[in-house]
Amino acid sequence: MFGKKRVAVVGAGLTLFRRYMKETGREMCYEASKMALDQAGLELKDIESVAYGSAPDAFDGMHMKGENMTDASGAWRKPFSRVYVGGGTGVFTADAGWWHVASGQFDTCLVVAEEKMSPCCPHPAQAFTTIFDPIMDRPHGTTLIWIFALEMHRYMHVHGIKKEQIALVSVKNKRNALDHPCAQLGAKITVDDVLNSEIMCWPVQRLDISPTSDGAAAVVLASEDVAKKITDNPVWIDGVGWCIDSTYWTNRDLYYPDYVECAARMAYKMAGIKNPPKEIDVAEPYDPFDYKELHHMEGLLLCRKGEAPKLTAEGVTQRDGNLPINPSGGLLGVGNPIAAAGLMKVCEIFWQLRGEAGKRQVPGDPRTGVAQAWGDLMQYGSVIVMRR
Amino acid sequence: MTEVAIVGIGCTGFRPITPDLSYKELMFEAATRAYQDAGNINPRKDVDAFVTCAEDYWEGHSIFDEFVPDQIGAALRHLFTVPSDGLIGLATAYMLIKTGEFNTVVVEAHSKISDVTTFTGIVNFGLDPIFNRPLGGHPYYMAGLEMTRFLRESGNTREQCAQVVVKNRKNALSNSYAAHGANIAKEQVLESEPYFDPLNRLDISQPCDGGIVIVLASETAAKKLTDRPVWIRGIGWISDTSWPESREWGRAVYAELAADMAYKTAGIRNPQKEINFAEIDDSFSYKELQHLEALKLCRQGEAGKLTEEGETEIDGSLPVNASGGLLGMGYAIEASGLHRALETALQLRGEAGEHQIPNVKAGVAQSWRGVPTATGAVAVLSVEVK
Repeated sequence: MFGKKRVAVVGAGLTLFRRYMKETGREMCYEASKMALDQAGLELKDIESVAYGSAPDAFDGMHMKGENMTDASGAWRKPFSRVYVGGGTGVFTADAGWWHVASGQFDTCLVVAEEKMSPCCPHPAQAFTTIFDPIMDRPHGTTLIWIFALEMHRYMHVHGIKKEQIALVSVKNKRNALDHPCAQLGAKITVDDVLNSEIMCWPVQRLDISPTSDGAAAVVLASEDVAKKITDNPVWIDGVGWCIDSTYWTNRDLYYPDYVECAARMAYKMAGIKNPPKEIDVAEPYDPFDYKELHHMEGLLLCRKGEAPKLTAEGVTQRDGNLPINPSGGLLGVGNPIAAAGLMKVCEIFWQLRGEAGKRQVPGDPRTGVAQAWGDLMQYGSVIVMRR
Repeated sequence: MTEVAIVGIGCTGFRPITPDLSYKELMFEAATRAYQDAGNINPRKDVDAFVTCAEDYWEGHSIFDEFVPDQIGAALRHLFTVPSDGLIGLATAYMLIKTGEFNTVVVEAHSKISDVTTFTGIVNFGLDPIFNRPLGGHPYYMAGLEMTRFLRESGNTREQCAQVVVKNRKNALSNSYAAHGANIAKEQVLESEPYFDPLNRLDISQPCDGGIVIVLASETAAKKLTDRPVWIRGIGWISDTSWPESREWGRAVYAELAADMAYKTAGIRNPQKEINFAEIDDSFSYKELQHLEALKLCRQGEAGKLTEEGETEIDGSLPVNASGGLLGMGYAIEASGLHRALETALQLRGEAGEHQIPNVKAGVAQSWRGVPTATGAVAVLSVEVK
């Protein structure tokens, strides 16, 4: 059922998420790593390997960006590997940490994800104009918001979903983020605020979107033997999953993320989860746009297709609901430094399962949590299942 | 814990330019051959995970991962990118299989460097933007500085470096995959234009295009798929500091530590005795000597002498880069390391053709990520499972 070696998360660290951080990417890596090591009660000498994640090098204007982050991520003269699956990178970096330890190659792995979007001028969105096919897509002047508007529209059309229902996600997550000490955009807003915000590309409006951010996150992973020595309450990584769909996104029906379902099934199978809505107590699906939280709840099989807006309206996804979704505040509230935002979700599940989430703690003593991220051309799903 | 074998190899061969093929076509060709070679597997059903090795700036795309799945049969399958050298991709696949959750894993790496019109600029973008990039010039000056320091500390000579070029380009003539085979004399290397003193033009490997796909399998799966598995007995990868100012310029510390890691897993105590041949990074002529010593395949300061005496030739006591290496086959950016693994596996299968070394049982493949990095990997491959 599990890898040969069971893998535990024993510490987590997070920097502030901000539009402009004065700290360099290296300094943020250091800060998050140090915090994670301190929580684990470990020092750098105890770390045998490092897995690092970051999204496009274009933000920083660095070629081989990973190579420039080795020292800052504690990898000096150590095995260091970077993984990269677009927006899915954050959660996937934790998946990568898992195989470093589960393979029996290493007893410990430091997992670091960092993003410094602010150096990209005039706006980080510019870096995303180079993610498109140079012949088929780029000549249209395609932007990320365009294609997500297409996807959102399709999702709304197929299930007959209204903007008002989707806006509830933004309202919930920004309010949840008020309780997160690292959050960039915690706020009390209303559905009307979302509906009256600036139209970016219909049906996407400004308050439907997460911000651009700088930030870093880190977790320390350890094998079962080591974990039991250093902590009484490890959180186990019981399932990992990832999946990529075809490059040719124009040929896919965008109303449902098949790739997220495929990744979720991989992780659930590994974790022995048969009935996700029943067995999962808290979830952090990827929410760079409000409709994506709903889309991903469905992809993660936490509800039926088209049912997520209804659950949201009924309050099921609130922190004190039956299935708390994004109790951290998610990307909409805490911020979206791409790879770091994904790993922030893993940190949140870790803290929730340990009962260390403070004001954000979901009631009912959660035992099983799932975090998920999404990336590439509406194409990538990465999933992690954690248990206490 | 399961052992890990290479069960399928596919390769397009390498050429200085490939105007007739896109990178997708190169990848498709390599993948098709590898799947056929691995007992005609169907990637849509029989492969549990796919690893691709690519860096955005080399590809001219942000998030190159997007453009990988379809041509290697991985759409709606479990694929991801390791933006690093192909040998580190191989290490990743090795770990996946070792977890016991994956039976068959595919590793892909390619080069379409002939599409790049701004090579120097891209390498420059790998330098620290505050401390190093403003110094200007072609960043390969770092290799020239390192060569100077290495020769001075190790006692190897400039002429011995030139001999590496002569040997590797000659070896490449008998390798049908190689792009840069040639019969040249040592004097030609020494008299070629000075580029980054003491490196001359012919000391530097030339770029090439091509694609490689390697299929790995667990012990159980390997037995079903092939009767000539090549076992990965140990693999190591290390990053030394990213600050050039803090490195030990005379030594390839990354290769020393990566070799220690790989040898330890492989249970190798005496590499000189237990390793029959090596496919190592020779992106610059001196690198072959430096890496040979780092891998403990000879004593410190002895690599040049061995080369001069012909011991590293195909018929010598320690054949090094019988394939032609990077100097003879070409510098295939992130595919360079996987390229070394591929040639090592071919030798062990006895399928290297004209450049086959007789009676080899264990070989080592090694990579370096190139200027300005201090990252490299080492893999020990063998025909024997233990």
